[in-house]
Order: sequence, then structure tokens, then C-alpha cells
Amino acid sequence: MNSSQINKIKNLGFKSFAIVCTFLGLVVLAVLLYVVFSQGLSRIDWDFITSLPSRRASSAGIYTALFGMVWILVLTVIIAFPIGMAAGIYLQEYGKKNWFTNFIEVNIANLAGVPSIIYGILGLELFGRVLGLGNSILTGALTLSLLILPIIIVSTREAIKAVPKSLREASYGLGATKWQTISNVVLPSAFGGIMTGLILAISRAIGETAPLIVIGALVYVPFVPEGPMDEFTVLTIQIFNWVTRPQAGFVTNAAAAIIILLMFTFMMNGIAVLIRSRYNKKTKF
Amino acid sequence: MLKFKEKAIESFLILCSLVTVFTTLGIVLVLATESVRFFQEVSIVEFFTGTEWTPLFAEKRFGILPLVCGTLLTTVIAIAVALPLGLTIAIYLNEYAHPKFTAFVKPTLEVLAAVPTVVYGFFALTFVTPLLQSFIPNLSGFNALSAGLVMGVMIIPYISSLSEDALRAVPKSLREAAYGMGSTRLQTAFRVMVPAASSGIIVSVILAISRAIGETMIVAVAAGQEPRLTLNPIHSIETITTYIVQVSMGDVPRNSLEYSTIFSAGITLFIFTFILNNVSFFIKKKFQQKYE
Repeated sequence: MNSSQINKIKNLGFKSFAIVCTFLGLVVLAVLLYVVFSQGLSRIDWDFITSLPSRRASSAGIYTALFGMVWILVLTVIIAFPIGMAAGIYLQEYGKKNWFTNFIEVNIANLAGVPSIIYGILGLELFGRVLGLGNSILTGALTLSLLILPIIIVSTREAIKAVPKSLREASYGLGATKWQTISNVVLPSAFGGIMTGLILAISRAIGETAPLIVIGALVYVPFVPEGPMDEFTVLTIQIFNWVTRPQAGFVTNAAAAIIILLMFTFMMNGIAVLIRSRYNKKTKF
Repeated sequence: MLKFKEKAIESFLILCSLVTVFTTLGIVLVLATESVRFFQEVSIVEFFTGTEWTPLFAEKRFGILPLVCGTLLTTVIAIAVALPLGLTIAIYLNEYAHPKFTAFVKPTLEVLAAVPTVVYGFFALTFVTPLLQSFIPNLSGFNALSAGLVMGVMIIPYISSLSEDALRAVPKSLREAAYGMGSTRLQTAFRVMVPAASSGIIVSVILAISRAIGETMIVAVAAGQEPRLTLNPIHSIETITTYIVQVSMGDVPRNSLEYSTIFSAGITLFIFTFILNNVSFFIKKKFQQKYE
């Protein structure tokens, strides 16, 4: 056998190994979904969604956790979206190439890599203790807002960067000011990209558990929160609590709650993919 | 008037970008001030060299090494899974696979990173650990092995997607030159493409390591709560992140020395990830090869 044949065999060997590796990741995902659905699907019914938490696994539900999650998400979007978008616009459209912009850029890259639990510690001290908001929904939402800000900023910048210069120049040529150009020309063109980023950020916020545990979100909340200053729990914390209980019934509950959680996560990611593809078709620069 | 409005808007936008700076400042300040308070009562030498971590027991010991060891153990296992798999997948998608296949597989694999981590914790504890126990009979119910393996699967897309991007950025002419010399795809991949994309690949690995160190819910659910200075993955261990969760969930009184341990543990974690993030940022800026 000459070296050319040996190389061909090596090449074929690696190719087969690589195919196995690629499918391995997909298989694990499939197994995970199968394990969760086979354990939890039969537990999901209307009662499970509308029941309050309980000590007995068979009568416990996710009603308060769902409401807590929706509260947290709505507030987080209201806080983080305008700030993130504004910062993205500034860095992409106004920021000059100087040390200040550079510093903010390095800083955002760094923040994106800070473990989420550290944001929890920040929220606990800054919002919970210094601002005196305690372990309320507002503390949770502010904490998650800081957590998803880098995601929103980066995606806003990417979306704005994709808008061609000629559009801006046409607007300037008509006598528009910088802000008029941004608000009437750049942002509408970049809308799809910005929305995609926002939805992915929401999907991230839905899945977060650790920072909310650290700020003191409760595990057992027998009432539906009515305002931003109420105590709360969310779906992920409810799942964490059920997983760590030894009784078998709670594991089934956890699996059922995970199905609901995954529905939200996948729905968000699906919407993001949809917006991206529709938007890419509609606007060709 | 218009000019004033323009200025006002710009100032507002600057203010919003400064929120990120204040966030970093806030993190550093909170961790530093609380840790200073902690180190007034606990010797810093004991903290970094002690081999026992028992702040919640009657006899308190404040040696962070067992927590660091647990964190590194799960991280090493995770990277041992994610690096070979992720890099192989990236090379396959870029060098071998049909572009349509890549267009389908890449986003599908990224779903792995979108699944909430508490779900992986559930998976590790209720499926992977029992499965492993049928091969390794004396595997503990909570263990570093299963948590690390599952975490490895979770971070595959971090390495595969970012490395694929890096490989894709290598100009076609390099690959064609290699083919022209009679190289097989394998030789082209490992002797030309991977070296050319090395800075991007290293950055992806560093980011994956940083992600694994800071990961909380998988280890909090599946790896246990026993700070142990061991490299044996079949035992129950505790990571830095798990410890912070444990204290937060427990009924430790605020303002106590026990409670302030979460800040000293937090700053240790923060320093680790801060260094890794900056190294990756530095490599990205410095060594990114520019091709014409």
C-alpha cells in the first residue's frame, strides 16, 4: 500500500468519525427530549397549570411560577430593551474610534462573559439591599436586565451595521439630521435584526435560574404576584426545587414543568428564526 | 431647537451605554467591599491555601481549594467532551459536509446551548447518572462525572459554531492551494485550515472554559454539595457556583460571616472568568490573521 492510499484511508476514517460526532450531539438532544417527554407528558393537564404549589406532588401545580415568570419577563423587556437599543445605537452610529468607545466595547465583551450567578450577587446587594427593593419582582427584573443588556447591545449593533451607507447618505442628502436619519431610515431597516436579538435575549432570561436564586426568589409562593414589589418564584426555580426532592412524584412534576419551559424557549427561538428569514427575504440591499 | 434635540438625544444614548460601565463597576465594588469585610475576619492565606471548606459547620474552615478543585474537575471533564467533539464537528461542517447540511445542522446544534441549564441538571441527575451507574457500580448518586459530561454536551455549540466561523473566514485560496498540492481533505484540514484559523479556535475554547467555570444549575443539581479536594470524578463534590446557590437557598442569616462567604467565593469565580475573558479578547485583537 503506498502513502497515497494510506492517506485516503485516514481521510475516510476521519470522515466517518466526524459524522458520528456530529450525530452524537443531535442524538443527545433527542434523548434529552425523549426522557423529559416520556416522564412528564402524562402529568400535564389543565389542573397542573392552574394549581398552586403543594407539598403533595400529585396536587402541585405551576400557576404561581408561570405568573412570576411572565411578570419578570415583561418588566425585564421594558427595562432592558430601550437601554440596550440606545447603547447599541450610540456605539454604532455616534461612537468615534477613541479610547472611550474602545473601553465600552471591551467592557461589554467582558460583561457577556461574566457568569450569571455573579449578576445575582450584584442584584442582591445593589437592588435588594442598597435600593431596598428586597427580593421583589422588580429586583429580579433589574438583575436580569443587566444580564441580557450585552446580548441586546451586540445584536442591535450587528443589525445597524448591516444597513448600507447609501441609505444614510440619501437621507442626509435630503437634509435630515443625524437623529432623523437614524430614527426614520436606519432603525426601520434594522428592525428585524434588532427584534431577533431581543427575542433571543428573552429566551435567555426565561432559562435563567441562578441569579434569581441568589437575589432571594422564593421556592414556595402560594399566591399570584399582583405588583412589581411582590415576592415571586419562576418556572426554573420551581423545576430546580422539584428535581432536588427525593420523592418520585416530584421528578414527574419537574419533567412536566420542563416541557412547559422548553415550549417557551423553543417558541422564542422559533420566532427569532422566522423573523430573521422573513426579514432577510423582504429587504435586499 | 433641532440642534438642542439632537444633543439631548446623543446625551441620552451615551448615558445608556454607560449603564454597562456602571454594571462592571457595581460588580467589582460589591465583590470587593464585601470581600474586604470577609478578609478582616478570615486570613487570606488560609483562604487560598486551606484544604477544608466548612463555613456552615460548627467548626468553621475557610479554605477555598476544595471548591476550586470541584469547579476545575467538572470544567476539565466538560472540555474533554466538548473540545474534540466541537472541533471535529466544525471541521466536518466546513471541509466535508454539503453546505445545505451545514445550514441545517449548525442551528440545530445551537439548540443545545439554548436549552435552559436546569433542564440539563435534570437530565444529568435522573438519566445520565443512573445510566453510568450500570457501568461504574460505585458511582455516587451525585457526582462530578455525570455533571461534567452533560455540561460538555451543552458547550459543544460554543466550540463548534465559533470554530466553524473561524474556519470559514480562512480564504478559499489556501484550501485550493493545498488541494493543488495533492492533499486529502484531512491533510488540508489539519495542516492548513486549522493552523490558519487557530486564533479563532483558541478563542472559542477559552470562552467555552469560561462558560463551564461559571455554569451553575447543572452542577447544583447533579454534582452534589460536598466540598472535597479530589480529582476522582465518581465522588460527590461541590463547585464555587453550587456553594453560592446552597447558601442563597439556605437560612443563613444575612450579615453573618457565613453569609459573606458567598462574596469571597464570588470574587474568586469572577477573577477566574475575568482573566479568561480578557485573554480571549486579547488573542482576538492581537493574533487575528488578516488575509487580503
